[in-house]
Amino acid sequence: MKEAEIRRLLAANLLCVFSVILTAVVPAFFWDGFTVLGTHLAWLCVCSVCVSTLNVILHLVLKPNLSPKRSSFAQKISRFLKCCIYFFMSCILFHAIIVLYGAPLIESVTETFLFAVLLSTFTTLQCLCVLGPNIQAWIRVFSKNGAMSIWESSLQITTMCSILGAWFGAFPIPLDWDRPWQVWPISCSLGATFGYVAGLIIAPLWIHWNRKQLTYKSR
Amino acid sequence: VDSGEWDVLIAHFLGVDHCGHKHGPDHPEMTKKLTQMNEMLRSLVDHLGNDTLLLVAGDHGMTETGDHGGDSENEVNAALFVYSKTALFGAGPPEEPEAVPQVNLVPTVALLLGVPIPYSNIGEVMAELFSGDGDAVSAALQQLSVYHINAKQVHRFLHSYSLVAQDLPAEQLQRLQELFSSAVEEHSRLLAQVQGVTLVPPELESRLGSLIGRFQLYLREARAVCTQSWARFHPLRMVGGCTLIAASCLLCYVASELAAASDSFYRSCLLYPLLWGSAVAVLLGLARVFTQEGLDLLLVSSWAAAASQLGFFWHWWGRHPKRARLAGSQPPLASVGLRQRLRAWLGLAFPMGILLFRCGAMFSDSFVVAEARVAPFLLASLVMLLVGKLHWDGRLTVPEGPKQQLLGFSSYRREIWYLLCLVAMLLVCVRLSGFFHQCREEIPQCRPSLFLSPLASLRNTRAKNLFYLLCVALLAGLVYAVRSWLRHYGNLNSSDPLVLFVRWGFPLVVLCIACYWAVASSADDSLGKLQELVQVAVVAFPWAVYGLASVGLLLLLCNPMTVFAKDTRESAGSIVTPYLGVPSSEVDFLHVIPQIYKRMQESQKSRLEGGSCKATVAAYGLGSVYSAALVIALTLLGFLLMLLHSERLSLAFLLLFLEAFMLLHIHTRARDLAGDAEPFSVPWYAVISWLLAASQFFYSTGHQPIFPAIHWNAAFVGFHLDHSTNLLPAVLVGANTFASHILFAVGCPLLLLWPFVCEMPSSQKRKSKKEPREELQEVEEHMMEMRLRESPEKFSTALLQLGLKYLFVLGTQLLACVCAAMILRRHLMVWKVFAPKFLFESLGFVVSSICLLLGISLVMRVDCAVTSWFSQLQLR
Repeated sequence: MKEAEIRRLLAANLLCVFSVILTAVVPAFFWDGFTVLGTHLAWLCVCSVCVSTLNVILHLVLKPNLSPKRSSFAQKISRFLKCCIYFFMSCILFHAIIVLYGAPLIESVTETFLFAVLLSTFTTLQCLCVLGPNIQAWIRVFSKNGAMSIWESSLQITTMCSILGAWFGAFPIPLDWDRPWQVWPISCSLGATFGYVAGLIIAPLWIHWNRKQLTYKSR
Repeated sequence: VDSGEWDVLIAHFLGVDHCGHKHGPDHPEMTKKLTQMNEMLRSLVDHLGNDTLLLVAGDHGMTETGDHGGDSENEVNAALFVYSKTALFGAGPPEEPEAVPQVNLVPTVALLLGVPIPYSNIGEVMAELFSGDGDAVSAALQQLSVYHINAKQVHRFLHSYSLVAQDLPAEQLQRLQELFSSAVEEHSRLLAQVQGVTLVPPELESRLGSLIGRFQLYLREARAVCTQSWARFHPLRMVGGCTLIAASCLLCYVASELAAASDSFYRSCLLYPLLWGSAVAVLLGLARVFTQEGLDLLLVSSWAAAASQLGFFWHWWGRHPKRARLAGSQPPLASVGLRQRLRAWLGLAFPMGILLFRCGAMFSDSFVVAEARVAPFLLASLVMLLVGKLHWDGRLTVPEGPKQQLLGFSSYRREIWYLLCLVAMLLVCVRLSGFFHQCREEIPQCRPSLFLSPLASLRNTRAKNLFYLLCVALLAGLVYAVRSWLRHYGNLNSSDPLVLFVRWGFPLVVLCIACYWAVASSADDSLGKLQELVQVAVVAFPWAVYGLASVGLLLLLCNPMTVFAKDTRESAGSIVTPYLGVPSSEVDFLHVIPQIYKRMQESQKSRLEGGSCKATVAAYGLGSVYSAALVIALTLLGFLLMLLHSERLSLAFLLLFLEAFMLLHIHTRARDLAGDAEPFSVPWYAVISWLLAASQFFYSTGHQPIFPAIHWNAAFVGFHLDHSTNLLPAVLVGANTFASHILFAVGCPLLLLWPFVCEMPSSQKRKSKKEPREELQEVEEHMMEMRLRESPEKFSTALLQLGLKYLFVLGTQLLACVCAAMILRRHLMVWKVFAPKFLFESLGFVVSSICLLLGISLVMRVDCAVTSWFSQLQLR
């Protein structure tokens, strides 16, 4: 059971990695002059949209959180709306935090906001997919011994890796190398993406290696 | 070149340097680049006129890897190409051209252009370029005249330099002086003979040649003397210094870990090594007396320091096996200890990781240039990490009840919102402080903050008035905040001179500062009649502030007690301690929290035995007596430092105080939530965040670690363009530059005291929720800082430990800086970035250490005062 679950997780995560890679490559065929660095904002949009769609589809197909009771259509709609509001709020929150960390306040607002959207895609959207709009569950998952399934462990790892990647991405900005990717927010968004991809790959492996120690509390 | 409208043209070709850095000297790309340069020169030569001199010089060579900045042959040798259409060398160019020192270009080009040689030049003219087109004698005469000018200039420079600095050896200067005067004498004699036409050409030629040789000798020896005393690296001393700093850091760390362990520690590990060190110093001093050798003070003190450190480590090592044996006798305990130690190491990892990043940033010139942004980034990360870690450990959530466990939900404690608000406020403070940054010239697109310029430079009167009012209002707000804080903790009730000073002196200081700002900012458009008055006021008001602040500090030193004692022993029957244990009665005393020291009560009880009534002494503000003294001192220092800065930087100071307040509160909250068992040790993250904030506000008060950014006008606050000594302006400028270092170092003991001060409300809340029955007992024991007095040896240990931790973090930063300057001494940016940074950092270290000692000694002074206060009470 567990092995199969891990394999499903690995497949899903690899799909996500694949989609991230595709977003960097495929649009160049349709759109002349598209590069990740040159038309960074476009890539940010494409990547956010692709990753979020894929996540939603995967969530619908795999159903990692088995809800005990069937919900009515109205409840589903309200859940969906709640998710949208949460996502938007997380974008605003990330934007605020990024600005507080030293991003320019007025100039390049679009860049900062799109970076916040990307970060939200990598973190909040995952939480919304796996846990639903349920803040208390989020609080539980992000504490020690809080994960209750491999999906939640994977969520922990990818979220932390994304944020850590974004944090490390800020390091090259002051260097005087004059590279195009040192411009705000390219290094940070690339760092977040690499962190996310690394988290996606690390998560199943880590769970696989630690499957003896990982005992999830049943609900 | 073709236009001909120029006297001198200077072109700088960066390509070869870039190519060398990128590929090295032997790369095909380099060949390509050099060919390009050759082409360029060829085409340039084609356009030159007959009277033009072309000098092509490389400013440095390169090593095998293409780097430079060091003193190896490959690096300091470069080509010099001199070209002219008219022949320069009479008898054809020399076969083996001599090496020309680079400094020789300066006098040569200056004299060729017909301008005076720059004052501080120590180069020698290149004689060949002055031979002209006449015969040998006239050429020699011309060369002699340029040598004469050159020698006179060098002599003048050396003379005035030796008056100011003493680093050139006297006997060599004497020798140079003799050389110069004899050569000049000979020169004037020869010139007279030439004018009298008493000499025939061959003899004249030989005498001219010998005189030129003497001038050359003088110039070369002068340069050699200067080079010997100026341009030196002492690798051995560098390594020794680094080792010394590293050992000191290690000592601080080890001692801070050990301090809690035992009490015999002080004598064995701290006192004896000091004796060792002084013994070595005395021995070295004696050796100096006996051998009559010039032993410099620096070497003696560093040997003494090394000896005392060796002593410390020796004693520490001697104690180490004992502990190991003790641990070995109880095997199960040892294994537990190991696991705990591992966990402690992991817990250390995150603040130390941030410190590591901070130190690593010192090794890159870009990060040093951008340090104004690095420090706040790391501070924000540290605080966020702290919150994240607390969450991860489940400290922020309510302990799960059975029902919640069933659902798998957890919810936050109520305090979390308070903590999050504090963190948000802190981040906002950090971000806002970024608006006060000065610029470095390495970042050309940077614009200095408009808050840095004084108000007098503002054209817009309305904006000026508005800013002025804002600054004064903020100043008043600061005073109000400090006073209300003191009042809240009951430190404003007594009628001691210090309290009176806080009540009336603080507003007076603010008034004086406001008047000074008003006068200083409107100085230029004042009327003629008032001019004298204004000049008097510009000096008088700062002196009033200096005087008031020093009076305040003296009062603080004389009697730091801000406690109001109310003795009810005589009339004990009437007031039977209504405030004892009943929190609601606090209202009766205007938000004053009565502090009752239990021991007092007991001793009184025993003395008045038989009396049915309880006799007590109520002391207001005893619980925060230490912090109150520190807060008063900090406020006074803040006033002084604000006076030294330009008016609008008072906003930055306000942010500084606010941020320090937030940090203290976050530290207290985090500690409460984490539930640490040891109340007497300050965790590392608090110390590191405190120091990060200190370096952040170094930048946010408009400073940069470069010399052009020093606020020199601070030396003239309260002085009208005259200083009799160098000491006073140095102190003023130093205080201005290291303002944040001073404030944070003096305030460092607050990190220890604050959790005790804030103890009251939190524990009350917790207790009242859970055990209402025990509440009465608990409330009686809210002794805040008096807990520290209950265990005096623990208190002193904690202070020592805090100081050592602070010194460790400071020392680690200094070590990183010193190592960067040492390792990168051949870096292109060493004189521009690393060396100034090293100087500022080491000065800041000295200032911080002194202020830390002052802060800790202030706390100890308060401790003495409290002790004498208690003994007085007991006697009464």
